[in-house]
Amino acid sequence: MKLELRGITKRFGSFTANDSIDLVVEPGEIHSLLGENGAGKSTLMNVLYGLLQPDEGQVVIDGERVHFDGPGDAVAAGIGMVHQHFMLVPVFTVAENVMLGYEYTKGGQFLDHAAARQQVRRLSERFGFDVDPDALVEDIPVGVQQRVEIIKALARDAKVLILDEPTAVLTPQETDELIAIMRELKQSGTSIVFITHKLREVRAVADRITVIRRGKVVGTADPGTSEAELASMMVGRTVQLTVDKQPFAPKGEVLQVEDLSVRDDLGRTVVDGVSLDVRGGEIVAIAGVQGNGQTELVEAIVGLGEDISGSIRLQGKQILGLNAKEIIDLGVGYVPEDRSHDGLIESFTVAENLVLSQHDRAPFGSGLLYHPAKVKARANELVGEFDVRTQGVEATAGSLSGGNQQKVVVAREMSRPLKLFVASQPTRGVDVGSIEFLHNRIVAERDHGSAVLLVSTELDEVLALADRIAVMYRGRVVGVVDGDTPRDVLGLMMAGVPEQDARRQAAEQGPTALTVQDEEARQ
Amino acid sequence: MSTATRERLPESSTIQQGPLRKPPTWKSPIIMGVLGVVALLAFGLASNAGDTSTFGMSTGAQRLQIPALVLPTRPAAIVLSVLCLVLAAVAAAAVRVKRPVPLAVPIGFAALWLLAFLVWSMAGEQVPLPGLLGGTLLLSVPLVFGALSGVLCERSGVINIAIEGQLLAGAFASALMASVTDSLWIGLVMAPVAGLLVAVLLAMFTIKYVVDQIIVGVVLNVLVVGLTGFLYGRVLVQNADVFNQPGTFSRIPIPGLIEIPVLGPALFNQTIIVYLMYVAVIVTQVALFRTKWGLRVRAVGEHPKAADTVGIKVNRIRVQNVLLGGVVAGFGGAFFTLGSVGAFGREMTAGQGFIALAAMIFGRWSPVGALFAALLFGFANQLQGTLGALGSPIPSEFMLMAPYLATIFAVAGVVGRVRAPAADGQPYTKA
Ligand SMILES: Nc1ncnc2c1ncn2[C@@H]1O[C@H](COP(=O)(O)OP(=O)(O)O)[C@@H](O)[C@H]1O
Ligand SMILES: [Mg+2]
Repeated sequence: MKLELRGITKRFGSFTANDSIDLVVEPGEIHSLLGENGAGKSTLMNVLYGLLQPDEGQVVIDGERVHFDGPGDAVAAGIGMVHQHFMLVPVFTVAENVMLGYEYTKGGQFLDHAAARQQVRRLSERFGFDVDPDALVEDIPVGVQQRVEIIKALARDAKVLILDEPTAVLTPQETDELIAIMRELKQSGTSIVFITHKLREVRAVADRITVIRRGKVVGTADPGTSEAELASMMVGRTVQLTVDKQPFAPKGEVLQVEDLSVRDDLGRTVVDGVSLDVRGGEIVAIAGVQGNGQTELVEAIVGLGEDISGSIRLQGKQILGLNAKEIIDLGVGYVPEDRSHDGLIESFTVAENLVLSQHDRAPFGSGLLYHPAKVKARANELVGEFDVRTQGVEATAGSLSGGNQQKVVVAREMSRPLKLFVASQPTRGVDVGSIEFLHNRIVAERDHGSAVLLVSTELDEVLALADRIAVMYRGRVVGVVDGDTPRDVLGLMMAGVPEQDARRQAAEQGPTALTVQDEEARQ
Repeated sequence: MSTATRERLPESSTIQQGPLRKPPTWKSPIIMGVLGVVALLAFGLASNAGDTSTFGMSTGAQRLQIPALVLPTRPAAIVLSVLCLVLAAVAAAAVRVKRPVPLAVPIGFAALWLLAFLVWSMAGEQVPLPGLLGGTLLLSVPLVFGALSGVLCERSGVINIAIEGQLLAGAFASALMASVTDSLWIGLVMAPVAGLLVAVLLAMFTIKYVVDQIIVGVVLNVLVVGLTGFLYGRVLVQNADVFNQPGTFSRIPIPGLIEIPVLGPALFNQTIIVYLMYVAVIVTQVALFRTKWGLRVRAVGEHPKAADTVGIKVNRIRVQNVLLGGVVAGFGGAFFTLGSVGAFGREMTAGQGFIALAAMIFGRWSPVGALFAALLFGFANQLQGTLGALGSPIPSEFMLMAPYLATIFAVAGVVGRVRAPAADGQPYTKA
């Protein structure tokens, strides 16, 4: 089946998310849609899948124009989609999820669970998935849930399978398995639209690449194109993909976490006996697939957690039990992972946001007073220093792009002397240009002597910045390794394999599809 | 019903590597244990050794007469209390292995506990058991219909606070129309129509205009109370002979089944409305959990967007279910007038619609669960009447509170963790 999108335009209010996009997916190819966060990839696919109606443009299948009123029509036309956020009912079994909407029945209306189970088994076997049709979806790991989504699409005879950022929730090894599955699907004649913002994956698997920037197609490329070239297409200018970094020179211990456990409001242990040190002048990165307790660990350290036991010391002083403001005042800077909710007040101006934690003290405030002129002067300095692209310090923070919002948060946190700088996903949803800038600032903060604790689910970011890496899995630290540990080993550790075993297995298995590129790059 | 809004979570924490299921809490086994010990001490060990409690076992309608059951009060109360403690232990065992406590455990516990209380209270007296059970059943009929309405709506993701109004509308319409036309059957048909009208408003405002579901429900209740109260005062009372004398359905004993000892006369010597209720419970249970329709309804109530992505029309299903719920609750309304009292009275539903909501929650959003929860509330209510007649050692004012206390315990989650459909109360709109 040949799929064409012609001149698709989709607007949200005055914002154009897709601007007259053309895309052709040939039968049996893996077509990669590459673009930064917010480029409009998901929007385009939701239009194709019938979830959104385009303002202009048309979908053409095998030369014939089609119109999708809803996803049902798209599915009937042979399009399957695995959404970025899975569309599975957690309290249903795998089989129920697979048949939902396309139920097997017997005796008229009665569900035929046996047939649904059979279907799941058949497809699992064919592609070597290990999926139990009777397991509840809420009980199975994310990687398996993704396979259930793929089974769902295949059960409806998808000829074109859209995978929207499928690797965001996977370890590198799981990503390799997914790539193998994609190749197998291609063999059996299914075309695949593979959406990602990770260059490495695109080059490993795509037959053709379409790059989208700010809602427009900026070009197509073949997989031989170098990462640097793809990056510059994605961003619109040349970017430097590596961070210049001097060897680290650690000083005394700044942060000492001992036997820290955190329970969430459902009473589950989400951080389980974690011990970790960060010294002045070093960057310790916490690597792991998202949802393995990183967020809760960091929140505990900065005084935002609730049900916590263990010990957290900052230069010897116990800080567990202090509130966030007290901890900030001890010299801790914090960049939260959800910038627009926790890092900024979007309706406040850039200037106000830049002094948020300092507004009540000299020079910005005294007694009950607040000094807007001083705030503004300081804001202008910071905006210059951190290269925040804004119409002015009086513009609201909400009007800034993601990357510039993040620069405001980082500028605020770094604008005072720090002992410890904690950054959670500092570059998620940030344009590549800003990523470069933020990475350099984080390294500068380290060179300045601060202890830096970085949480990132992007292995590239971890490898670029970290002096030491702590890998978390299911709330525990699997191991703490050097910053130059090979990607394979880290990947296995992210799946819970202890360091020694991971090294041995990695050596036995040899390089994976994704690491081959590292080798190529070195040659 | 779940009024708590979900917390906003950052994207990354919505993805979990392991089971998301909340472990059951110790709250319910502990409370059951304490209540069990109380029963053992107060009803069992403290009662007089020589007393007997007598249950009549047959009614005149049965050909086969069984002699009355004479129980020695003390041992009987002790046995019942110990059974309560056994159920508490079962609950504790389930919590220990982090399994949800089966619904039968708290319901069985409450029933046994109340029985122990009854046996103790009726020391030296006789109570006819078929009458006790039959009374329980009748008191629970409107609750069952109301709870089924709630199940239908909330399983699809719409909170129905307007059950009370639907019951009242059904009661009013059936009494009025049966009187005017002089036909109980026309009255019985008009009750669901009235419930449906209330449901139309509920569906329109909550689904089409996306108004807060709780607020719409409350307003509809007030509207129906006001409207029926006004018409009652202006029309029904003025000319009761014409407008408010519907009469009641007569009982239809089912041959054969009525001969079942004890249960027969309680369950199978009832009016058409009660038989309709049996059918409604069974059909809803099967339809929700065994059919294609049910799978879709539950998907819409749990994860409407997922349902949408497989081509299911979310809001269409919601509208259908809300309307269906109105019909079911309307039948419950008919029971007040045509099934028991024989005339309409101002605000005669007296909050039963809200107790029905509690039964739905207690019954964990399942029709059969709701049936047993409603029966339990009905039993507590019936006990109060029975014991009042016997001159029980407990003041009757306190006994009047019993059904409501049971409700509060149920809703407070003492009976085990309850999980509402995940999208319950959340409107579904597309960008
Ligand atoms: N329903 C919506 N309403 C308003 N804006 C939206 C909506 N969906 C997406 N957007 C905006 O459209 C842009 C593209 O989003 P998206 O397609 O999700 O990007 P991508 O998948 O490439 O990361 C973003 O700026 C996003 O904020
Ligand atoms: Mg996206």
